[in-house]
Amino acid sequence: MRTRGAPEAYHERLERTVLAPLKKTSNGYYAFVLLLLAVFGWGLYAYITQLRHGLLVTGMRDQVFWGLYLVNFVFFIGISHAGTLISAILRVTNAGWRTPVTRMAELITVVAISIGALMPIIDLGRPERVWHIIVFGRFQSPLMWDIISITSYLTGSLIYLYLPLIPDFAILRDRLDRAASPLKRRIYSLLSVGWANTPEQRHKLERSIGTMAVTIIPIAISVHTVVSFVFSMTLRPGWDSTVFGIYFVIGAIFSGIASILIVMAIFRKIYHLEEYITERHFRNLGNLMLVMLLLYTYLTFGEYLTVGYKMEIVEKNLLYLLMFGEQAPLFWLFVVAGLIVPLILILFKIGSVIPRMLVSAVLINVAMWIKRFVIVIPSIQVPLMPFEFGSYTPSWVEWSVTAGAFAAFMLIFAVFAKLIPLISIWEVAEEHELEASHAAMPLSSAQEVRR
Amino acid sequence: MQHENNGLTRRQFIKVSAGTVGTLALTTTLLNKALGRARADSSQPDTGSANGKARAWCMVIDLKKCEGCVTIDSPPQCTQACINGHFVPKGQQWIQVFEAEQPGGGKTFMPTPCYQCENAPCVNVCPVAATYHSKDGVVLVDHRRCIGCRMCMAACPYQRRFFNWGTPELPANAAFAEYSPFYPVPAVKGTVIKCMFCAHLLEDGKLPLCVMGCPMKALYMGDRNENIASNGVEVVELSRLLGENDAFQYKEDLGTQPRVFYLPGHGQNFGREASDHRPLKEPVWGWGGEGFEKRPDIFTKDVHNFQHQPGILGEASQK
Repeated sequence: MRTRGAPEAYHERLERTVLAPLKKTSNGYYAFVLLLLAVFGWGLYAYITQLRHGLLVTGMRDQVFWGLYLVNFVFFIGISHAGTLISAILRVTNAGWRTPVTRMAELITVVAISIGALMPIIDLGRPERVWHIIVFGRFQSPLMWDIISITSYLTGSLIYLYLPLIPDFAILRDRLDRAASPLKRRIYSLLSVGWANTPEQRHKLERSIGTMAVTIIPIAISVHTVVSFVFSMTLRPGWDSTVFGIYFVIGAIFSGIASILIVMAIFRKIYHLEEYITERHFRNLGNLMLVMLLLYTYLTFGEYLTVGYKMEIVEKNLLYLLMFGEQAPLFWLFVVAGLIVPLILILFKIGSVIPRMLVSAVLINVAMWIKRFVIVIPSIQVPLMPFEFGSYTPSWVEWSVTAGAFAAFMLIFAVFAKLIPLISIWEVAEEHELEASHAAMPLSSAQEVRR
Repeated sequence: MQHENNGLTRRQFIKVSAGTVGTLALTTTLLNKALGRARADSSQPDTGSANGKARAWCMVIDLKKCEGCVTIDSPPQCTQACINGHFVPKGQQWIQVFEAEQPGGGKTFMPTPCYQCENAPCVNVCPVAATYHSKDGVVLVDHRRCIGCRMCMAACPYQRRFFNWGTPELPANAAFAEYSPFYPVPAVKGTVIKCMFCAHLLEDGKLPLCVMGCPMKALYMGDRNENIASNGVEVVELSRLLGENDAFQYKEDLGTQPRVFYLPGHGQNFGREASDHRPLKEPVWGWGGEGFEKRPDIFTKDVHNFQHQPGILGEASQK
C-alpha cells in the first residue's frame, strides 16, 4: 500500500511533510485563528460580566446549583483521556501502528485538562479565594482529590508530551532555515537539551518514556474516577452509585477516542498527512471506539436497570424526568446519536472508512456532552424535600463561557500545530525501519525484532 | 561517548532533584507552621462557647401544634421571625415550612431548619473547612473562608443550604451587624448560607428567633447534655418529651443523625384537621429585597433605583 523507496527518501519526505505547517502559514489559518480569538474574547467578556455581578448572571439557582460549567468540566477531563489511551496503553501493549497519532493524542490530553481544570474555578462563587484550597485544604473532600489528581495528571501529561518531543526538537533545531527567527532557533535548541541521537541517549529516552507510560495510566484512571466521586459521594438520586468511577472512566476513554478521530481527520486533510495517517488508523481506533461504546452501553443499561427495578421514590422521579419528562429529548438524543447510530456506522461497512468514523466520532462527542448534561442536571432537579422539581435554563453567560472554552481548546491546538510537529517524526521513522526489516525477514525473527 | 552530556549527569540530576524536593518540603513545613499558627488564632473565637459549658443543642418540633399558621391567616411565623432577625436574603428560607402529603390524603406542615447533622455530609465534603461543627454541635459556615464551590449543597440530603448568587439587597441596618459565623449578617455574595440555630443567641442563653416567633409554641430548643428543652413558655425534660411523643428524625435511615426531632401530628392541638386544605402563606421581606432575584443593571436598569416601600410587612411578596 505504502510506497517504499530508499530509507533516506522516506525520511526526507516525512520531515518535509510534517514540518511544512511549521514553515509556512496560510491565510485560512490566520482567518480561523482570528475567528477563534473573537469567540474566545466573547467568552472572556461573559466571564468578566460574571465576575462583576456574581453567579446571579447564570441560570443556576438554589435547587439546580450546578450547571454547564460542571458539564464542561466532566466533558473536557473526559476527552483528556485520549492521550493516555492511545499513547500510554498502546505503547505498553507495543501496538506499532500508534506512532503517527500519539503526538496529537498527547496534545489533546494536555490542552483538554488545562481547559477542564479551569471550569470548576469559573464555577466558584468566590474565585479570588481559590488559594484557600492550598492553605485550608482538607483531604476529606472529594474536590481536594480532584485537585490533586488533576494536577498530577497535568504534570505527568506535560512530561509525557515533552519526552518524545526531544528528538523532534533536535530535528527542528537542525533543520529550520536560517530565515527562522534566532529566538525560535534558540528555544528549540534549549528544548532539545543537547539531543544528538546517540545510542545512550536513545536508550535513556526510551526508558523514561516507558516509565512515564506506565505511570500515567493509573493517574489517568484516578482522574476520572475522582471526577465521578464529586458526584457519587453525595446522597443524590442518580449520583449515589457505586459504578460511577468506572462508568466515568469508560465514558472518558470513549469520548477521548472520538476526539482523536476528529483531530486526526482534520489534520490529515489540511496538512496532507495521508501517507502516515491511513485508513488503518481509523479502522483500528474505530474498533477500540466500538469496544468502549459497547462497554458504555452495558454500564448505562446496568445503571438504570438496577435503580429502575426497585423504584425508590427519588430514583423514580429521576428516571421519569430522564426518560419521559423534561430531559427525555436530551436523554434519547444521547442514546440515538451516541450509541445506536455510531454502532450502526462502525459495524456496517457501507462506504469508505474515514467519513464513517468521522461522523460517528462527531456524533459521539456531541452525545457525550449531552450525556454529561443529563448526568449533572436532572439529579439535582429532583427534589429531596416535599417541593417541586427544580428548573434550569443556562444563561447567555454560561453559553458564552462554554463557547469560549471550546474556542480556547481549538486555539491552543492551532498554535501548537505551528510550534511542534504534529506527528512524531523520529518514532514514525523508527517504525518504518522496523517494518522494512520486518518485510525482509522471516516471520519468527521479525516478531523477535518487534519485541 | 563522543558527546558531552550537556552538563547533566545522572548523579547531578539526582542531586538537583533531591535538593529541590528538600527545599520544597522545608518551605511547605515552615509555611504550614506559620499558617497553622495563624489558623489556630483565627479559628479560636469561632468554635468555642462563651461560658465554657459543653452543650449539645437540639430542636424539637411538635407537629401536633404546628398548623403552618393557616389558622391565624399569616405566613409561618417561625420563617418570618428568622427572615426579620437575620435579614435573610430574599428567596431563601432558612427555616422553611413544607406541606407534606399524608398517606391518607391529608397534609401536615413540617417546619425544616438546618438539621445540624452530627454526621453532616456537608461538613465532610467541604474542601476548605469553611463549614464545620461548633463545640456545641451546630454546623456553622465561615463566609470569610467559603470559596463558593457548592459541594455542600450537593451533599445536603435535605436541601437546607442556600447560595448568595448575587449581592443580596438588605435593609440599611444590616450593614451595621458585626459579622461572625454565629451571626452571618450581612450575607456575603458568592458564599453558601444557612440556618445556624441562632448560635449568637444560644451563646447568651437566649432562644432562637424561630422558637420565640412561633405563636403556637410548637418549637423547642433543647440541650441533650442537660436533658432539658424549652419553647419559651415551659421547660420540659427532653428525653420524656421525645419518648412520650414518639419522636422521629427526618430521613433517619440516611445515618446523618439530625439534631432536629419531630413529634408526629398535623396541628390538631389547634383544631386543624389533616384534610384542611388552606395553603401556606408566603413569608414577606419587609425591606423588599428585590435586589436578589432581580437581574443586575445590565439586564434591567432600575435595580439601583429601587425604592423602599415602608410598612410592607403583611403585604404579599411580588414574584
